[in-house]
Amino acid sequence: MPDFSTDEEKTPFRDVTHYNNFYEFGTGKEDPSRYAGEMVVDPWSVTVEGECDRPGTYSIDDLVKPLDYEERIYRLRCVEAWSMVIPWIGIPLADLIKRFEPNSRAKYVYFETLQDPEHMRGQRSVFSTIDWPYREGLRMDEAMNELSFMAFGLYGKALPKQNGAPMRLVVPWKYGFKSIKSIVRIRFQETQPETSWNMIAPQEYGFYSNVNPEVDHPRWSQKRERRLPSSLLSTNWIDTRKFNGYGEQVAHLYKGMDLKKYY
Amino acid sequence: MPLFRLLVFAGALLPFALLVMDAFGGRLGPDPGERLTERLGLLAFQCLLVTLFMTPLSRWTGSPVWIRVRRMLGLFAFFYAVLHLLAFLQFVIGWEDLWVAFTKRPYIVFGTIALLLMCPLAITSTRGMMRRLGRSWKPLHRLIYPALVFAWLHFLWQARSDVGEMMAYAVIAIVLLVVRVYWFGWRTLVPLRRA
Repeated sequence: MPDFSTDEEKTPFRDVTHYNNFYEFGTGKEDPSRYAGEMVVDPWSVTVEGECDRPGTYSIDDLVKPLDYEERIYRLRCVEAWSMVIPWIGIPLADLIKRFEPNSRAKYVYFETLQDPEHMRGQRSVFSTIDWPYREGLRMDEAMNELSFMAFGLYGKALPKQNGAPMRLVVPWKYGFKSIKSIVRIRFQETQPETSWNMIAPQEYGFYSNVNPEVDHPRWSQKRERRLPSSLLSTNWIDTRKFNGYGEQVAHLYKGMDLKKYY
Repeated sequence: MPLFRLLVFAGALLPFALLVMDAFGGRLGPDPGERLTERLGLLAFQCLLVTLFMTPLSRWTGSPVWIRVRRMLGLFAFFYAVLHLLAFLQFVIGWEDLWVAFTKRPYIVFGTIALLLMCPLAITSTRGMMRRLGRSWKPLHRLIYPALVFAWLHFLWQARSDVGEMMAYAVIAIVLLVVRVYWFGWRTLVPLRRA
């Protein structure tokens, strides 16, 4: 089996778990680590529905149990122009999806994050423009790509709540917000799903959101990124690579597509 | 009186000292440049608001002490805004694509306009310049109002999803502007015009 892991220097565990975005707990980078403890992840079940032969409600144990974990050390490129290298633990998304037996009408797969304002303070904010729950989606061939990964852990440990416990997506060639956290619903559908950031600002965040240095975010350049941890003495700029450096695995998915139009 | 001024000076410099300590202590997180830039910008904006509090305070309390620290606070706002810009150039965009940044990105343009509006105020803040400018000093210094508005737009334009903090600052700014209109008429908000 090919090894998809990078040998770049990993971002320390402390930074991965204490500096990230999870707006369900606030918009600050420390808010997730501070407040995600309030989220209830046990028991946890995932509703699988739509165009598939095995819909139903699966407990997280059912989803996790019969499978062999792998470690994948992936680059994560945030749309905000910083990046990390994270060792995830999990399974190929394709293996999980196959168990639900999607049918021929399943052109897209849609994911949804838990909605629980009582335990997720960001969802209680009256000034938030996100229409909860947080939604994401992939085209079926993207979801079945060998790189798409469902993570249950990082750094050899169970996924911390702030990083999307108990189960989150990791799509390393797309901007980080596509890698939806704390998933409670998976739906196979024929039409392109609505996705949260695209709903808020369609001119800034497209459905595809592939990492692409040639297409700037309207408010900032995407040509470079700060590899974290950075420091004041060396900001650690690196050039952003198309598809976050995973072009060999995924470029064929977009053959013939104008990536400036389908950003 | 000198003691009061000293206290205000120390109070306005304290956040900077804390920031420097955090920077040297490695307490700015894994992306310290971004954090530093953000905190300097917020400090500049807060100083601007505090500066604008001085006139209403002196009217409420009937004491002139507030007016005597107003210039110093305004200069602190300018100081933090300049550091904010430098930190932004160094840590956030790394001195690249400057032309695009300063012409095409509205939030950067707005922030730059706010800072440019503050420049003449900082330059003409000395006693000598006040004397030289005479009656036109006051209308010139009303540029602080558009500077505040542009700074706020600069702030708002960076919001991604939660605008609560910006709205809180907007309420404070609006109160500060409205009391002036109430006391002195809307013309006091118009810069560069003789009252």
